[in-house]
Amino acid sequence: MTAPQRTPLFDAHIAANGKLVDFAGWELPIHYGSQLKEHETVRSDAGVFDVSHMTVVDVTGPDATRYLQYLLANDVAKLGFEGKALYSGMLNQRGGVIDDLIVYKTAWDYRVVVNAATRAKDLAWMREQAAMFHVELVERAELAMLAIQGPNAIAKVNAAKPELATLIASLQVFQGLPLGDWFVARTGYTGEDGLEIMLPGDQAIAFWNALLAAGVAPTGLGARDTLRLEAGMNLYGHEMDDSISPLAAGMGWTVAWNPPERDFIGRKVIEAEKTNGPAFKQVGLVLEGRGVLRAGQIVKTAAGDGVITSGTFSPTLKLSIAMARVPSAAAGTVDVDIRGKLEPARIVKMPFVRNGKQVFE
Amino acid sequence: MSNVPAELKYVDTHEWLRVEADGTVTIGITDHAQELLGDIVYVELPEVGASYGAGDTTGVVESVKAASDIYAPIAGEVVAINEDLPNAPESANSDPYGAAWFFRVKPANPADLDGLLDAAGYTALIGA
Repeated sequence: MTAPQRTPLFDAHIAANGKLVDFAGWELPIHYGSQLKEHETVRSDAGVFDVSHMTVVDVTGPDATRYLQYLLANDVAKLGFEGKALYSGMLNQRGGVIDDLIVYKTAWDYRVVVNAATRAKDLAWMREQAAMFHVELVERAELAMLAIQGPNAIAKVNAAKPELATLIASLQVFQGLPLGDWFVARTGYTGEDGLEIMLPGDQAIAFWNALLAAGVAPTGLGARDTLRLEAGMNLYGHEMDDSISPLAAGMGWTVAWNPPERDFIGRKVIEAEKTNGPAFKQVGLVLEGRGVLRAGQIVKTAAGDGVITSGTFSPTLKLSIAMARVPSAAAGTVDVDIRGKLEPARIVKMPFVRNGKQVFE
Repeated sequence: MSNVPAELKYVDTHEWLRVEADGTVTIGITDHAQELLGDIVYVELPEVGASYGAGDTTGVVESVKAASDIYAPIAGEVVAINEDLPNAPESANSDPYGAAWFFRVKPANPADLDGLLDAAGYTALIGA
């Protein structure tokens, strides 16, 4: 086993009393004292996450669009102008999800951001498919990446780095643009407004320190997970993996079926699944019984068994919530097996929380 | 640096024990345990009258990130539970040796207490 990698912000995490853990081969903070406080700070103010472990790949070349239209289940043709971003699954031939990712349309063609935990297989797959196209893939491992999230995130980034303010003001939600060797995107993984900023690694500590001086709270991976779960956002390896169809993982909305002649990897399999009616669907659960919902617990429904893919205590709602994969016909109230006891839970429409507020009924 | 009060007994599953004047034993989780768990959000206690052997699972404590079993450090019958704790699970973080006691047992065999760790032994165990 090799030693975990460190991001350019390693010393800043130590200085902020981060409790470091091994995450997908990276030494990263799970929290800086209290996961709950960090979660609440992102919902009410602003927090910063080091997401430098994520993998950034630039795609260039005359076939870049055709390549991504074949590689991804969503269609980059929807990206009508430079700066627009798209969320997509990258499927295998069996229609399973290799990874989920964000692709930005850029002046040099495209920038793709994929997960750290799946970096090696993603890059191998992307390169294998690229052989049939006139494209070049360049991994940008020298970039650090910070996510600044929360209702006050943009104001505090503007205070910490005033030269970004004009660019930030031009960004709609789900858009990103470069400024010199920085790249600023109005995206995130928390259900709050905010930014994800890629920048040269050797400038990361200075920017981090400026953010902290502007009143942004260091926030660990623990809060990142509870925030994304409240926001109803998928996590690779939980909601989906190579054996799970996007239609069973709540990602049907990310599949671009039109134009019908666009041949993307996995299309035939998931198209047949769609025609026949998918066997499973993704739902949100709110626990009405006792305990805490956790990944792996069995969900008993009138239509058959399902499974919890992510579960937690929701710091915002003060009750337990989960995402689950259940038979498509499941509805209403279900039972969850928590340590051998069946506890009632209710199926709800996700997200659970958006912009600090409960959104399900 | 974890707090390990000198007057208590300990076991390697991170419960503490305090012998009361009437011979019953109060049990909770250590400061080190609450630090490992992080923010505690749910506690499930045993029922009064239940009997356990040493090492049996008596309940569960869940933090935001994980669930962890609570074990009976010695054999005995549960004679009282902290009924306030399930409504204020966060007190196990803030006051693990005080307000956040878990339950009290009547030991099956009081001599079992002699084999437990003292503060020095527990401190050495957790490397504090």
